[in-house]
Amino acid sequence: MSPYHQGILTLISINVTAVLGVSLLTGFTGLFSFGHAGFMSVGAYTAAILTVRQGLPFFISLPLAGAAAAIVSLIMYPTLKLKGDYFAIAALGFGEAFRLIVENGGKFTGGARGFPGMPHYTTLWVALFVTALACLLMRNTILSRFGRSFMAIREDRLAAEALGIDVVRYQMLALAISAFYAGVGGGMFAFYMQYIQPIMFDIAKSTELAASVVFGGLGSLTGSVVAAVILTAIPEVFRPLAQWRMVFYGLALVLTIVIRPQGLLGFYEISLGGLRSLVKRPRREAGA
Amino acid sequence: METVIQQTLNGLSIGSIYALIAVGYSLIYSILQFSNFAHGSFLIAGAYAGFFAMAGTSLPFLVVMAMALVFSGGVAIMTERFAYRPIRMRGSKALYFIIASLGVSIFAENLVIVTIGPQFRTYPQILAVRALDLGGISVGILDMVAAGVAVTFLLILNFVVTRTKTGMAIRAASFDLPAAGLMGVNVNRVIAIVFFIAGLLAGVSGILLGMKYTVYPQLGYLTIKAFVAAIFGGLGSLPGAILGSLCLGVIETFTAAFISSTLRDLIVFTTLIVILLVRPSGILGRYVEEKV
Repeated sequence: MSPYHQGILTLISINVTAVLGVSLLTGFTGLFSFGHAGFMSVGAYTAAILTVRQGLPFFISLPLAGAAAAIVSLIMYPTLKLKGDYFAIAALGFGEAFRLIVENGGKFTGGARGFPGMPHYTTLWVALFVTALACLLMRNTILSRFGRSFMAIREDRLAAEALGIDVVRYQMLALAISAFYAGVGGGMFAFYMQYIQPIMFDIAKSTELAASVVFGGLGSLTGSVVAAVILTAIPEVFRPLAQWRMVFYGLALVLTIVIRPQGLLGFYEISLGGLRSLVKRPRREAGA
Repeated sequence: METVIQQTLNGLSIGSIYALIAVGYSLIYSILQFSNFAHGSFLIAGAYAGFFAMAGTSLPFLVVMAMALVFSGGVAIMTERFAYRPIRMRGSKALYFIIASLGVSIFAENLVIVTIGPQFRTYPQILAVRALDLGGISVGILDMVAAGVAVTFLLILNFVVTRTKTGMAIRAASFDLPAAGLMGVNVNRVIAIVFFIAGLLAGVSGILLGMKYTVYPQLGYLTIKAFVAAIFGGLGSLPGAILGSLCLGVIETFTAAFISSTLRDLIVFTTLIVILLVRPSGILGRYVEEKV
């Protein structure tokens, strides 16, 4: 495999990790966030500073990057009481505020000029390993009691509360887990690019993460993964159309919502068992 | 003391431009109950239409402006017709509207980059960029004109909303959209009118911003500040949107003048977060709780 293709696959893995987090929050808990690029930047800068300045090994600073993002997400606790749009706008405000703080961080963060000097630790194999682990853990989270509580909150907040689910606490948990994923994604990103800059984590990045979840389908982990793969790979495949890719991206987003609001695989998971039964009895309708 | 008064006037001038954006945004919010992130696209449409109409034709200034505003209003109507109405007809959640509006804004911004180009463009100079000296306080002519234009448009809007039959329909629709439909209001038409007004006002602000600074594809980013202003004053409340915008304009210029211009945007977003936490309904708004 050429270094170019390895690079694309690494980038795909990084995006899949970050998108998994947003998928948990938006697709499974029903909280829409425009601020996850902010958590990615917290992770990226934490990992970069810990490894480059403090000399910590990469495999220790990577989980710490996720932890830092999760801790920072606790600041958003009071906003969880806000509903729908208000939460989305609050998340947007937080995301932008993080970016501006990093930009004004002076020598500590390198300011707008960026933070250089990361060794190339995020190789393809590292990225694939971390992403596989992230997928496995997320799948288990979704299938656990927590996962079912998250989904209950998404379906009907009031009913969930009536069933004894502490809604705000569980939302905070979902937010912290999703921030952790975004932070780890950011940490990997820093050591893939070997150079980070606040502008890499602006609203466009947050939108890209949210768009992957919507495009893949709310409430579907495999959908989010497939969408993250497609949306990361497409710009590379259509290099000659580089200028037009964001135009189509926006158009695709609108068309998806208008034509197929459930996304590619809304509330449906691809599984090995499903594929097997598809091969065995291809024509049989579900529930028949 | 002079600097304080001068900065206040500057702040009110930029705040009145924000008010044009925030009022349109708030108007759409009050009808459809979702945050229209494509609002910046209407602003860009007006700013570029104004630029090309002014640079490319020799028609009188006011005719050219009117054409640009009809264009930005038209863009807003088209957005509603092709992106939001299909979603509305299906009765989908606010989430879908937000995502569609994000898609529209990405589409519009990048379409401008690809077709017109990413460079900054300066409006042909129509008003002298001079400053008037009012007894020690210097105020830019452009700033005063901008404030004057903004106030004029807001007064017209106020007249339309409070005194005309269409305005009554808009108020009814913002109170309860389905009920207004049952009472014989043509809901699709009212929504189209609201989008036209919102697009037109955003277009006015786009032209004013273009004349004050320059035109570039990311100009729509400024609308985020108008969202903050709208939340500050209370989402869905038009006087609130104006009040919030003026406050935000003054906060911004004061931060830039007395603290640091690099911290200006950070202060804006911090203000947003603080308001959401302390008083999510804003100064004049009402926070609608979920009905059980």
